[in-house]
Amino acid sequence: MGMFFHFLLLGCLAVGGVSTVLPDMYRYMVDEQGLVTARQFADLYALAQAAPGPNALWVTLLGLQAAGWAGAIATTLGVLIPATIFSLIASAFHAQHPDAPIALAIRRGLAPVALGFMLASGWLLLRSVGHGIPGYGLAIITFAVASATRLNPLWLMAAGALAGIACL
Amino acid sequence: MHSSDALVGPRNATEIFFTFARIGASGFGGVNFWLRRVLIQEKRWITDQEYLEGLAVGQILPGPNVYNLSFMLGYRFCGLRGGFAAVGGLIGAPLVSLLALGLLYQRYASVPMLERALTGMTAVAAGLLLANVAGIASALPRKFLPWTFLALAFAGVGLLRWPLLYVMAGLAPFALASAWKKR
Repeated sequence: MGMFFHFLLLGCLAVGGVSTVLPDMYRYMVDEQGLVTARQFADLYALAQAAPGPNALWVTLLGLQAAGWAGAIATTLGVLIPATIFSLIASAFHAQHPDAPIALAIRRGLAPVALGFMLASGWLLLRSVGHGIPGYGLAIITFAVASATRLNPLWLMAAGALAGIACL
Repeated sequence: MHSSDALVGPRNATEIFFTFARIGASGFGGVNFWLRRVLIQEKRWITDQEYLEGLAVGQILPGPNVYNLSFMLGYRFCGLRGGFAAVGGLIGAPLVSLLALGLLYQRYASVPMLERALTGMTAVAAGLLLANVAGIASALPRKFLPWTFLALAFAGVGLLRWPLLYVMAGLAPFALASAWKKR
């Protein structure tokens, strides 16, 4: 129950995505409560990155590891309830004032900032791969193929898994 | 890339649910790539510009930004039902597979081959995400200020590793002011 309220609070603060509050989750789960080990924390994060679906759902894995099913429900709802409420408010506002200057300024003005954060995510993901030339090469090849063709990325992910086993 | 006059919307909340379920289930290494591929390129529900603007709003709302974006898109097409249909589809299937993965992890914590496969998949995910960024960036106006904000946002979070909240708080007033004046 304490975990639920802590994640509810973090859910309200998670402006820009759940990874924003990752350091605080680490402090709470690993240092303070000792619910998961540092190794488990990192492993579960990587696992959720590779799994289908929004990466933010890794909080579900964290909760599951820490306290079983109740933990999974607590962390997931803790993060998603604030997100739903704030999205609803934003949607309702947008529906009533579709051309409000402030809304327009937010959408136009913050778009490049959001894109910069996305670029940073790609960069950090790349950095976390490491392994020198094979690792970066794999990412560069993927970039080229995905930009030039409309090949289903699932094939690329499968190729990546095989290449990882073979040469990383 | 796509003209807005050819846009078509979803027929009902059921179509929204299943479309987002497909996006969620195939969203390896993050959902953004698939969201753009399905909603913009295949279904043509929204434009690149609308996607980017929605993502920006999703970014300043607390919570996972693709979750916020999906809720808002669903709401725009079909109201409250559309919103819940979108996020229900988006996280339903991934939650089930993720819980299965979590249980497997508890049993087989460290098989070296699995670890290497995951690393390879992460490299591919990085390439996909960067290709996506390049694609969306082509929809950005060719002006000095937007690209400066993009570079500063990247430098702050990616290179300096500052908390995103601070970078956003520092950049948002100026980004908003520039868009406000441009009107």
